[in-house]
This record gives sequence, structure tokens and C-alpha cells, in this order.
Amino acid sequence: METKKIKKSKTETNGKMSMNGIRTSQEKTVISETDEGTVLFNVPFPKELDERRLKDLENYGPIIIKQPYHINYIHSYGQDSPFFAGLANKKLLGTECEECHTKFATPRLSCTECGSKCKWIEMPQKGKIHTFTICYFGSEAFLKETPFALALIEFPGFDTCFLTRIVGVDPNEPDLDWVGMNVKAKFVRNSKFSPTDVYFVPELE
Amino acid sequence: MRSVYVVAGGISKFAKARPDKTFPAIVKESYELLLEDLGIEPRQAYELIDGTVASYFSDHFLRQLKGATMVQDYLGLCPKPSHRVEGGGATGGLSFQEGWKSIASGNMDVCLVFGFETMSHVNTWKGNEFIALASDVSFDYPVGGFYTGYYAMMVVRHMQEFGTTPEQLAHVSVKNHANAFYNPYAQKREKLSIKDVRNSPMVAWPLTRRDVCVMSDGAACVLLASEAGLKKIEKVSGKSLPKVKVTGIGRGTDAMRMADRPHKKVILLPHEKESDYKDLKYPGVHSFRAGRMASKQAYEMAKITNPLKEIDFIELHDAYTSSEIQTYEDMGLCKYGEGGNFAESGATFMPAVDYGLKLKQKPVCPVNPSGGLIACGHPVGATGLMQGVFALWQLQNSIKKHFKDDTLQVKNAKRGIIHSHAGTGTYVTVSVLEREG
Repeated sequence: METKKIKKSKTETNGKMSMNGIRTSQEKTVISETDEGTVLFNVPFPKELDERRLKDLENYGPIIIKQPYHINYIHSYGQDSPFFAGLANKKLLGTECEECHTKFATPRLSCTECGSKCKWIEMPQKGKIHTFTICYFGSEAFLKETPFALALIEFPGFDTCFLTRIVGVDPNEPDLDWVGMNVKAKFVRNSKFSPTDVYFVPELE
Repeated sequence: MRSVYVVAGGISKFAKARPDKTFPAIVKESYELLLEDLGIEPRQAYELIDGTVASYFSDHFLRQLKGATMVQDYLGLCPKPSHRVEGGGATGGLSFQEGWKSIASGNMDVCLVFGFETMSHVNTWKGNEFIALASDVSFDYPVGGFYTGYYAMMVVRHMQEFGTTPEQLAHVSVKNHANAFYNPYAQKREKLSIKDVRNSPMVAWPLTRRDVCVMSDGAACVLLASEAGLKKIEKVSGKSLPKVKVTGIGRGTDAMRMADRPHKKVILLPHEKESDYKDLKYPGVHSFRAGRMASKQAYEMAKITNPLKEIDFIELHDAYTSSEIQTYEDMGLCKYGEGGNFAESGATFMPAVDYGLKLKQKPVCPVNPSGGLIACGHPVGATGLMQGVFALWQLQNSIKKHFKDDTLQVKNAKRGIIHSHAGTGTYVTVSVLEREG
């Protein structure tokens, strides 16, 4: 391995003598410590590290620490953005394939059936429950909203469904008969630019 | 294409949390079992192994990129070739097949496929959030991203369409938990009644906590080899090894969003006719088109024309009791729509286990003799390989040796299938394993 010889030229930094950028007074060479993060006090450890105690270290774990893990992620709706602008204006938008005319109730600008381009179309705001569930637990982000009703909605003339929340059904009395129920769209007043800006409620006769 | 053999398998204990070891050490635990089974030392294995495939799902759970490298070096296999495979819940099944390709193509003679997941590092509900990121983050996740909710919607449609009942689902839970009772590697080993399952806390109607698999920490690995590779391994280990050959592989896909599954014609298996399904809207959300495609391909390759009669057992991806029932239909064990009745018939139960149930018929083709994901746990990247290990042990007739009990040994097992499945049926793999001679 190549070793560099330290040249004995002296320079002056911050009033202290150093040699080629290396501080000469070793006792002051410490990292500056901060207060945040995990601090463990008085960690048990053998006083002497003889062979027996080194072997015994295999039984010293596990040390478990908790680390925060939070970020703001910048998400773009990209080509799907008009759908969210529509929700803010109480419009439901779907798409239709320009070649095979498959109609998508959840918009997509590329057709799953033939790969061609799709165009925006306005959706009806009334449909039927295709299937549903009540979530009594959920992901951490939605736990405080439980129990809530999730459903796929089918629309006349459309080939695919739309995932949404149902409001106005009793979450404690789920019933298979809800499948097929007529529902209509409602929109939140202050758009959060989320697919939950629209939700569906039973359409009473 | 060259013949590919499954030579050995290893598995770690699956548990809710394994703080005693880091993920490379958990993989090593499974690798050591594999080597012990073969009777070879790590140094000898290094000489034999041409390369590896690394199977793990989530960088979010791991919070460590390039985790596969850390396993590769921990196993002492650098600088041998390796690559990582990710495909949601089907990661293990895909990795198994990538290992198969490495051998079949002639690129390697001996390939180690290792898989792991450590899911205990966040709480269960945060874990559910991470998993739900495997759904469309613009349209699905923000509405209530929760996988149990997605599968619950699927089975509600299955109930509506075919008359399937929650009690029929519960039969799958009772079966798989009771099977796992005899599997020391399983996480949840319980004898349950239908009532126990139905009275568990409701997670997403109609699925209760005992209809749903749990999160786990765990690892599994399998060793695949060509004919020449097998000879080399036999020479080093000094043992004559049972020949378990991979005779078929298949894969399928479906759209990420459950909402995007328009109604088409059923993809038919050899024993089915178009008239069987003239009024069926397919796949909708009640069936997995990817599972049907994967089965069709694998059956064609393995020359299976009547699956229920020609398969001795199946280890399939029962992340939910409902998805086991849906998968019976995709794999052609019964017709579409008959999964609920088939589940409670007894056809997929083990002959030697007392389930405390009155079953209508004798076992025909045991499904999840190991206990499946519901009872063994689902450390995602390890899961599909766990199935490979248990299937190999069945075909080697070595369940007694490994489980210290032969209750779960399928007698005279010649042909077994492993089935791996990713989020709402987006990727599915089916692989056929057969004992030669």
C-alpha cells in the first residue's frame, strides 16, 4: 500500500499550530456531541474482556432502538391531474379508448385492453354498488376514520369500476343486500385533491 | 431447456419479531439448515454454488437499500453472481422461477434462491400502510389503502355471485391452523372451531382476524441444480439425493387497480368447456385471471389435464381464507363458483389431522398441508420459498425428519404444486415439482 510522507512544513490555523492540516494537540481532537437522538446511560458491559467474557458477548443482545422516519413526499398526478381538478369542480371524469371504446370509470389515459390512447369523458354521478366492505381496522393513516365503508361502484355503459367510500350506511350492520344499491356522488366543499374528494351516498327513492 | 432439480431447502423459525438477529443472520439460519440437510460445509457450498437469486419485497420495511448484498456477503458468497427479484406477495414464487431460469438456460449448474422479510420494525397498522403502497397511490391508497379491505370486497362479490358463505371461509382457517399445529416452523399453531374464527375481531367484513395472515420475520432458501450440478453436490456430500424435478412453471398478471378488471371470457383449462361458464362475468373482482393464466401455462408444461386427480398436494398463497377459495377455482380444482362448497367438502384437508369438523368427503388433494400463510406467517420474500421447502420435504418423504412428526406427510406424494400471489392478483406464479422414480 502506498504511504504518503508528511512533509514537515508548518502552517498556522485558528491560532494553533498544525502540520499539513493535521492538528498536533491530540487531546483536543474530539467530535462535538449533540443532544438529539438515542441516548443510553450506563450500558452494562463486562469490566474485563478476557476470552470467556468475549465469548459471553454473544448473549448481550439484542439492543433495540427506535428511530423516527418521516418525510414529505412530492407526488404528481401527472396526466391524471384533470380528474382531480374535476372533483374540485364537482365533476366526475372517466376516460374512453379512442380505438376500442372501452370506457373506464377510473380514468386512465392508456387502454388496458388494446394499449391505445384514451380521451376524457364526463361520468354519470349515479351508479350501483358492485361490491363493498366495512373496514374496522386499517392502515395507520386511516385508523382514526374506522369503521368506514369501502366500495367499488359500477356505472351504466362503463366497463370498469370506481373505488370510493360510502357514507350513510350503518357500519355495524353490513348486509350483502347492499350490493346493487343505487348510490350517487357527493363532493367535499374544500377539495384536498384526493380521490376522497368524492364519496357516494345511498340514493333514496 | 435443461432439467432443473430442487435439491435442498432451509427455513428459519417464523415469528412476529426476530430482534435476536438482523436479516442477513436470519437468512443464514435458513441457509445453515439447508447445508446441514445436505451435510456440507459453507466452504464446500461456496465451491458448488454458481450464483444466487435474492427474494424480498419491501424496501420500506427494511429501510436498507441493497439488502441482498448484505445477505450475499453474510453467507460468504461474494463475488459470485446475484440479483434481486421483487414482485409483491409473489416475490418468492418469481424468485424460485428466476432460479429455475438460471439453471434451465445453462447459465448456472447450481443456484441458491434465498428470501426473507423482516416486518416487525414498524407497528402492524404502519405495516398495513406500507403494504397498501402496493396499490395505486393516486386512486386506491388514499381512499382507504388497506389490503384486507381490498380482499374483503373481492369475497363480498364472490358471495353475491356464487352464494359463498363466511362459514365456508372459516373452514380454510380451521384447516390451515390445525395443519400448522404439527409444523414447528409455523407462527400460529392452533386448533380452532368455525365459531372461534367467526367470533374473532372483524377486520374488514366478512374477514375476521383469523381469516387473515399475519406479518412475520423470517427467511427461507432453496438450492436448485441441473443434472450435472446435482451430481457435483452428491459427490461433495457423499449422499444420493432424491430427484425432485421442476416439471412446469407458469405466470400471469392483472391490472393493478381492482376497479380495472373488465368482464371477458374465462381462460379455459383442458378439463373445462366454454359452456361451463356461459353466464359468468370474468374475472371481475371475484376471480384471479393471473392465477388462471399461471395455472394454464404450468399445467401445459407439466402435462396436467385434470388437476384435482393429478396433483398430490398444493402449497398455495392463502393470505386470506377467501383467496384460498378463489385460488381453488383459478387452479381448476373445482369450477368457478364452486369454491365455497369445495372448501367445506373436506377434499383439501389432511387425512391424519383431527379438525373437529364433520366433513362430507375424504381428502383428495391436501391444500396447504404446512398450514399456509395464515398459520405459518407471511414474511413476504420468504413465503414463496417456504412453500418450495415444504413441498420438497413432502416429495422427499422427509416431513417426519424435519417436523419431528409425520402427521403432515402426504403419503406417496409424487407431484406437488407451489403457488405464489401478489397484491389483489396482479402477479401469480405456479410451479410444479415432481419426484422422479
